[in-house]
Amino acid sequence: MLALKLAYRNLVGGGLRTCLNVLILSFSFLVIIWHRGLMLGWDRQARTDTINQQVGGGQYWHENYDPFDPLALTEAHGIIPEKLQSKEKYLPILVAQATIYPEGRVQSVLLKGIEPSQKILAIPTEHLELNIEEIPVILGSRMAKNSKLKLNDFVTVRWRDAKGIFDAADAKVAHIFTTDVPIIDMGQIYLPLQKLQEMMQLRGEATIIVVNQETTIAHDVPPWLFKDHSILLKDLDEYLKMGTIEGIIMWFILLLLAWIAIFDTQVLSIFRRQKEIGTDIALGMTRGQVIRVFTVEGTMYGILAAILAAIYGTPLLYYQAVNGYAIPEGTGEMGIAISDVMYPYFSFGLVFGTAFVVLLTTAIVSYLPARRISKMNPTDAIRGKLQ
Amino acid sequence: MKKIEVFGNFLLFSAMLMAQIPSAEEILKKIDENMVFDQAISKSKMVIHGRIGDRTIESKAWSKGNDLAMVEYLSPAREAGTKMLKTADKLWIYTPEPTDRIITISGHLLRQSVMGSDLSYEDITDNSSMIESYNAKVLGTETIFERNCYVLELVAKKDDISYYKRKIWVDVERMLPLKEERFAKSGKLLKKTEILEVFQQDGRWYPRHMTFKDMLSRGEGTEYFINSIDFNVDIPEYIFTKAALRR
Repeated sequence: MLALKLAYRNLVGGGLRTCLNVLILSFSFLVIIWHRGLMLGWDRQARTDTINQQVGGGQYWHENYDPFDPLALTEAHGIIPEKLQSKEKYLPILVAQATIYPEGRVQSVLLKGIEPSQKILAIPTEHLELNIEEIPVILGSRMAKNSKLKLNDFVTVRWRDAKGIFDAADAKVAHIFTTDVPIIDMGQIYLPLQKLQEMMQLRGEATIIVVNQETTIAHDVPPWLFKDHSILLKDLDEYLKMGTIEGIIMWFILLLLAWIAIFDTQVLSIFRRQKEIGTDIALGMTRGQVIRVFTVEGTMYGILAAILAAIYGTPLLYYQAVNGYAIPEGTGEMGIAISDVMYPYFSFGLVFGTAFVVLLTTAIVSYLPARRISKMNPTDAIRGKLQ
Repeated sequence: MKKIEVFGNFLLFSAMLMAQIPSAEEILKKIDENMVFDQAISKSKMVIHGRIGDRTIESKAWSKGNDLAMVEYLSPAREAGTKMLKTADKLWIYTPEPTDRIITISGHLLRQSVMGSDLSYEDITDNSSMIESYNAKVLGTETIFERNCYVLELVAKKDDISYYKRKIWVDVERMLPLKEERFAKSGKLLKKTEILEVFQQDGRWYPRHMTFKDMLSRGEGTEYFINSIDFNVDIPEYIFTKAALRR
């Protein structure tokens, strides 16, 4: 109790110095929580969007399909098995290579045939339900930018059917969609499945079959091999893991700055209050009691900072959680799943866990300089003689 | 009375001309006799007219039948030493030091343009027989490049022929397709080639100077010159092996 009283009196006596320390520490608190929340929000968003727009509840791949080997595409297709015919549960996609000629420029693309009325993936395929002479196509905004195609533009598509005969036709851009998942956007265009099957002379065939998120399956249907989230999200998870490690390093750096601020304040305080400490010890205060006063004093900085951060930080973080954080333009073109606006996620565990760690470590860094006092001779301390 | 006489003469002349036109199969056979060879070693030059200027690539090619071909780039210095080996439907490209790497090209990549030209890897190594690949019919006669030509329409016999339909203008005297249009299955014009200069060697007529134009792209086309060709050669088999790429 005595330690608390003395620590409180010293903090109040510190005036502006105390205010600045508390303010800086509260700012560190806030930045640590905000940064971790942003990373957590990104993790959640990237995973959710990738599942909703690309992966679904899992995918069946034709045994010859290898997403990293476009050369294998000519052999990677097969008749959709009877077991996987339900339109509510399964979404067949046929993939083929082609060349487009936007304004006469030559550009290789992947054609993806998809059912226009599908509801399994969050891709606006309803725009493909057009009864026009040209092939209706939709494409992502990155692909549109890259090929300089705009809504309602016409572009010539040249492909080879399954037998190898060249064919070409004009396509009309029916819609340009924005997506957080670059892998479903860059270098590809979507068209009605039936149209692509006709173009390729592959009636009733597909390359992959996406399963809806409600269906839980884990069985292969030869030659279709089931790939679950552990396989389909492996790359994303690994990337996010790297982000988590970087996030922890950042978190540690911010924490270190807070520690240095406390440590510095405590060292300076001890240096300035040598005579006071000497007198206290001469009057009968034990060394342990003195250490406790300084440790409590440092910890109180942390508590005050936490309270201050809660006062001005709560509305700020709430605003960010609701309205999101605008990501600089071009970040999504690096090939990672990132939206234009990222919504941080501040969990109960994150806020209170961070507060606990900061308070605990603040107590430790306050204790360390105070420990030196135990070695101090009271007469030397009263005389102001440095040890 | 005089008008009827003139019209009658015109009909008679036309009938005589039509009677002289050989069958489409005969024309294709004669084209094959000129264009298809068992083996040959040739030196050629390709001038690619791009939007930012022209590029010239010189090469030497060893060919055997329709399945085997080896091409080595001689210039420019940057490309010199690069080799392409084609066997059936596979193609390997070797790039010399510093990469010293062989990459395999097959499937769709075979249809990609060679170094930004209007020719695909398939076009450059093609030595297939027209009569084996296409059903043909004679549409009539026309004069192009001041040469009398038969006009033929070719439709693919098999499913695995790159161009479903072709229209060719065949020099009546030399039996070379002076002009050719290649169409997609949908009827869209994909490629146009013209033979601007020919030469005769070993009893066969062969193109000296050709132009290729990808009709879907806005490029300026590619010119192709055969500088020399030797049909009387016996090319050893090892030339068409992957090991020969690094020699």
